[in-house]
Amino acid sequence: MAALYEGYTLCGVGPAQNSSISGILGIELGRDIDHVLVTDSSRSVTVYKVSDQKPTGSWTVKQGQIITCAAVFNTQSQEYVVVTDNKVVRVWKEDDVYMERAFKATVSAAVLRVLSAADSEPVVLFCCGAVRFLDSLLASPQQPIEDVLAEEEMIRWSTVLKADHQLVVLFSTEQRGEHWLYAHRFNPNTLVKHRLETEPCLSAPISFSARCRGSNIHLLYLYLNGSLYESVLPLRSSATGAEGVQALPRSLLLNLPLGEEELISGAAVVLDEAHVAVVGSPHPSAGHCKDYLCIWNTHFQTLQASKEMAGRIYSQLWCYSGKLYVPHGKMLSVIPFECQKSSLAATMGKLKQSQSESKSCSLLSSWTAQPHGDITQTPGIKSRMSTRNTSIKSALTVDQLIEHIKTGAGEDVQAEVGEFIRLTPQTDLQLATGRMALELVSRSQTDANFYPQCAFLQLLETRYLCYSVCPELLSLAMVKKDFHLCQIAFQIFPDIPEAVTCACLKAILSTPDSEIETVNLDTESVIFMKVLTQNQSGLEEEGGQQNGFCPPALESDVSDTPCSKLQRDPLALDMSCPVGLHKGALLNEVLQTAYSDKPLLPHLKDLTVPEVIVFLQYLLFIYLKYSHDAHKQIPALRTPSFSQIIDWICILLDAHFTVLAVAPEAKRLVSDLHKFVRSQVKLYAELGKIEGSLQVLKKSKQSEDFGMYSIEVIELF
Amino acid sequence: MGEFKVHRVRFFDYMPSGIRALAFNQHNERMAVARMDGTVEIFHCSDRFFQEKIIPGREQCGIEGLSWVGERLFSAGLNGEITEYDLTNQSVKYTIEAYGGPIWTITGNQQGTHLVVGCEDGTVKLFEVNEDKIQFERNLDRQKGRIISLSWHPSGSKIAAGMMDRIQVFDVETGHSIHRMLADRGVGTSRSKECMVWSVVYLSDGTIISGDSVGMVKMWNDHTGTLIKSHNVTKCDVLALSVSQNEDSLVVGTSEGFVVQFQFISMVLEKDDKEWVRTRTFRNHTHDVRAVAEITTAVVSGGMDTQLVVRPLLDKFEVKSSASALRKINFPHRSLVSCARKSGLMLFQYPGHLELWRLGESEGQGIPGSSLLVKRKPEKLLHLKVKGEDHIRCSAVSPCGEWIAYSTASSLRLYRLHCDNNNVSITKISKIPKVLSSASQLCFSSDSSHLFSASTQSSVHLVSLSQSGCKFVGTLKPKSGSHQAIHLLAASEDGKWLASANSDHEVHVYNLHTQKPHCTVPIYSSAVSAMAIHPTTNCLFMMHADQQMFEFSIEQKQYTDWSRLVQRKGLHDIWLGRDTPCLNVMFNPQNPSHVILHDTYMLCIIDQSLPLPDGKTQFYNQLTLKSLPKEQRRSHSHAFKVCKTFKDILCVELMSDQSLVVVERPLEDISTQLPAPIKQKKFAT
Repeated sequence: MAALYEGYTLCGVGPAQNSSISGILGIELGRDIDHVLVTDSSRSVTVYKVSDQKPTGSWTVKQGQIITCAAVFNTQSQEYVVVTDNKVVRVWKEDDVYMERAFKATVSAAVLRVLSAADSEPVVLFCCGAVRFLDSLLASPQQPIEDVLAEEEMIRWSTVLKADHQLVVLFSTEQRGEHWLYAHRFNPNTLVKHRLETEPCLSAPISFSARCRGSNIHLLYLYLNGSLYESVLPLRSSATGAEGVQALPRSLLLNLPLGEEELISGAAVVLDEAHVAVVGSPHPSAGHCKDYLCIWNTHFQTLQASKEMAGRIYSQLWCYSGKLYVPHGKMLSVIPFECQKSSLAATMGKLKQSQSESKSCSLLSSWTAQPHGDITQTPGIKSRMSTRNTSIKSALTVDQLIEHIKTGAGEDVQAEVGEFIRLTPQTDLQLATGRMALELVSRSQTDANFYPQCAFLQLLETRYLCYSVCPELLSLAMVKKDFHLCQIAFQIFPDIPEAVTCACLKAILSTPDSEIETVNLDTESVIFMKVLTQNQSGLEEEGGQQNGFCPPALESDVSDTPCSKLQRDPLALDMSCPVGLHKGALLNEVLQTAYSDKPLLPHLKDLTVPEVIVFLQYLLFIYLKYSHDAHKQIPALRTPSFSQIIDWICILLDAHFTVLAVAPEAKRLVSDLHKFVRSQVKLYAELGKIEGSLQVLKKSKQSEDFGMYSIEVIELF
Repeated sequence: MGEFKVHRVRFFDYMPSGIRALAFNQHNERMAVARMDGTVEIFHCSDRFFQEKIIPGREQCGIEGLSWVGERLFSAGLNGEITEYDLTNQSVKYTIEAYGGPIWTITGNQQGTHLVVGCEDGTVKLFEVNEDKIQFERNLDRQKGRIISLSWHPSGSKIAAGMMDRIQVFDVETGHSIHRMLADRGVGTSRSKECMVWSVVYLSDGTIISGDSVGMVKMWNDHTGTLIKSHNVTKCDVLALSVSQNEDSLVVGTSEGFVVQFQFISMVLEKDDKEWVRTRTFRNHTHDVRAVAEITTAVVSGGMDTQLVVRPLLDKFEVKSSASALRKINFPHRSLVSCARKSGLMLFQYPGHLELWRLGESEGQGIPGSSLLVKRKPEKLLHLKVKGEDHIRCSAVSPCGEWIAYSTASSLRLYRLHCDNNNVSITKISKIPKVLSSASQLCFSSDSSHLFSASTQSSVHLVSLSQSGCKFVGTLKPKSGSHQAIHLLAASEDGKWLASANSDHEVHVYNLHTQKPHCTVPIYSSAVSAMAIHPTTNCLFMMHADQQMFEFSIEQKQYTDWSRLVQRKGLHDIWLGRDTPCLNVMFNPQNPSHVILHDTYMLCIIDQSLPLPDGKTQFYNQLTLKSLPKEQRRSHSHAFKVCKTFKDILCVELMSDQSLVVVERPLEDISTQLPAPIKQKKFAT
């Protein structure tokens, strides 16, 4: 998981230059990771000690001069370098008070930027695309600078990367709507030009970010439509590839959920191999406010952390040593973050029951055992789809479909979605499902009569949806009391937030049984519940306990009369299922969702006392069932595990402990629970004793006493 | 490969004696160890602490102190006598009475000219060390109270003496006391108890270090007679101190069983003002540490728990080797058990008596790993007490079980045993030839017709045995001039050859038919710990203390091809890293290529027909081989077949019925017989 911590303001920001660039020209790392160099467009360079939030040095240029590029710190010579008025390179040291008196050199061509990578000589990038090392340039400042770029080609972005002693200057240019990427490598000096693929609908990339990983450069760029693409360049130039223009292959890394809007400004920066920080995109569940800083996991396409940024957002975002630097409004904020190594388990919260996963893998081939196929409904749709199929030869594009969704009639939309899912290749489908689901949900929210349940089910079945792609879906289903959809979503979504889980739980518990029984549910889960409740009578007739285990009678229950049956034995299986079959099946799904204790606990407090008691009763019921080994005989793919049940009991008791302690109606339940747990503890204590004696047996066998004399047989091989 | 019936014997109640004193000789790297029972043992520090020499003790001799003067070793004890040892013949050279009551301490000066002893009557007696004896010179000023410890100033001009409640410094020249330093008594209840200064050390810079019964180690200035520094080391007594040769390290033995090291180091880096700082603590003993000594690379300590612990100082080693491993010596490096192979008898040698046992008998067959039903229990046939005060030096029972011989420092005795069914009787052979006054090692020929008795000057006396008695046949003398005592004898099965090994590492082979020396095995740098002559090939198989093995063909007077192969290929690291020497070599007549060896922890059969293990081979491969099918075993096996079923082995012998006798003495059994250690409060007890 990634997390954004509480940020703080480092400094104010001057008036913005334009819509995408704030008053800050650039932020560069200073002499160590705690110092940054902030270059203001209003003639000043300031060094801040980040942890103290204090400036430690500031230099200004004279009236009439302007700083034209971000100042950098040359780690090799411990000097600061900045360019003023495009052509004057100034170099000064920490203890120089006035920049004016520092060394300066006028070069023959306009400098775009000075780029500095850690532990290497700074590199000067000219506006014309030429690249020089700073020291060689300063040795003869008036040396001629060649033109690399074409007439109207403009450098939009540039960076320098260093890995394995290989220094690479990357810069992207724009020329009449076409975008290029240049990679200048040193030793030997080579310049490779790549064409950035563009689609007509896509405008210019608004933000770039590059990182070295292994022997490749991973370049990430964000388009205004919210698409985040990644391209991979080799760190070292191949000998042959130096000539000509190469197209740069790209892959879609992430599609920010923008709906149909476009970003005005925004920036993305790579944090590590799985995480990307994006500023300026809206939070998927917070409407259309775009002033969010989000960390996305690109592996799982999930939102990991977010933070609202007050004020205007620019296309500027820097990241140095675990801190993000975000200019917004009139200030520059420093926001520490942390990205833990992402595993599926960490991304999804608590690890899901692995047993059921493996089972479903092995059994998925059989159609009848398909875990969430709505068999009763699909035939009708299938037939209709097949008729449609002939009439509409070419499949719709996503955009067309989305247009249809906005306006079309409910049934048509369902059919079209089904059609689309059937015909679209898997890779495209992955991207499209999210958009479709978002669109369907937003229409359903506005149009009360529109609720394409089948379409949602079909979308879920693709398994490309997850909670963070379309957060509204579950709440919509709750509003519509579509428990079937809820059930399927619970089965499929790995990333349901604890708050939503609790809301669903509350909805399930508060809905009367009679209402839920009519709902069409995943049959298998219902069968499981049926067997579970039936088993109880069968077992009781057999006489209950297996394996000869007879729980010791509890002190309170001791009665000498043989007719002690009259007294309620908390361990007997006379407890009937406190909820209906369907409700039980739904609760089972809740039990199996992934969650983390801490976030769940506050939300659980929302449950009312009757709800808690019913739920607890149900948990106790299923726990009793489980402890009598009843569930082992039921063949089912998804069953709550023993530990899940116990975890839920614990957390529920934690959340409502005080309430349960005083509520009179809970008394019997709690005491039952207590007795049962006590008997279990006793059982385990007995088992512990047995273990001890068994161990002694084992030990005694090992250290056999030979006595004073024995005659043995040994064999040597 | 082989199944063996093993008589696992644990009724040999061998009880080692506690260590009382240690003395290290820097020049020849020998460590002298004095035990409570008066035994003095010499260990060779650079030959893996092999126990080269054992001088058996006597009743009531109570050694308290041990001191080297040059190459000569002196001891003094509570019987009031000073003893010099004849290390060549491993015996007492002479004793003289000091006339001062019990002697508590003895120490010689570095110059090798004088010895001082501290007596019960409060005198410090100065002895001059002459060529062949010591001569009383004079008493230093007599003090009130006993002298417990003494230490010479390295210059030889001053002596520090530890007494009751004080330390006295003497000028040797005048004999007068220069300083008197009072040691504090303990606080509280121990206030009424005297403070015994158990040990003092006089350093060349004038510092006197004392260890006392209050548990303090104190540094004194001999110039002013003042206390410089005092360290509380233990709640009980500090019993022993020892300083290293260059006086930068001090080891302290305490009655709580741990050893503390102090080092003389500068507190500030690269400054010259050095101080004694407590640095390390070694906990290897369970009982009082009565003696410590710091040798070049290790701390040696011994005490009431009878084991000699060599704790290497790891900062003095650059590579990990057998020398850098902790070594605990529990058992003597001599066999205390001899077996009558043909009649199933065992002779156990105790310091003051011998026991003869008959092995039990089993019934039926058993699968490997199982115990058999004991049909007849082992039986103690004889308990033979030694006449006189001297302890037994060596003993032997003849292979036929008819003869028993033992020797003390003063006499050799031979007995004839008559066994008919349940009646056991012995007759002492009275007419023993005069030359057989004492033996350093005894051995019978395999047909029990001769007794070989190792005597002084590396000679071996030959005695023929018959129904009527014994007759001196002749003396075998080595060609070399070595006078060292013989500690191993090996006779060949066919009665033609006899091999002897002495402390100079010389191995001589004699032809018994001609009674002439036959040849000498090239001298190897390490001592011979065990040897035997092969019954069919007449090759002499020798094990050395450094775990090397040699096979020497007596007839061809050269090493065998197999021996050369072993030397060329080298032995496995695990084999070389074992820390106890092999104590017996046996041969299996049914399988001439097998050599059976044992040390304290294992029994090993070397199959000379199998390939030798190289460095990459799994050395302990018995479990692997066991799991393999029979036909694959051959390809996976190597020459060393090690059985680790038994531990704390004192002796292994192969009887003529192919059964093995393994005599174990579990260390737990020894420790249960020790007096209780100082009771220490443990948490929550």
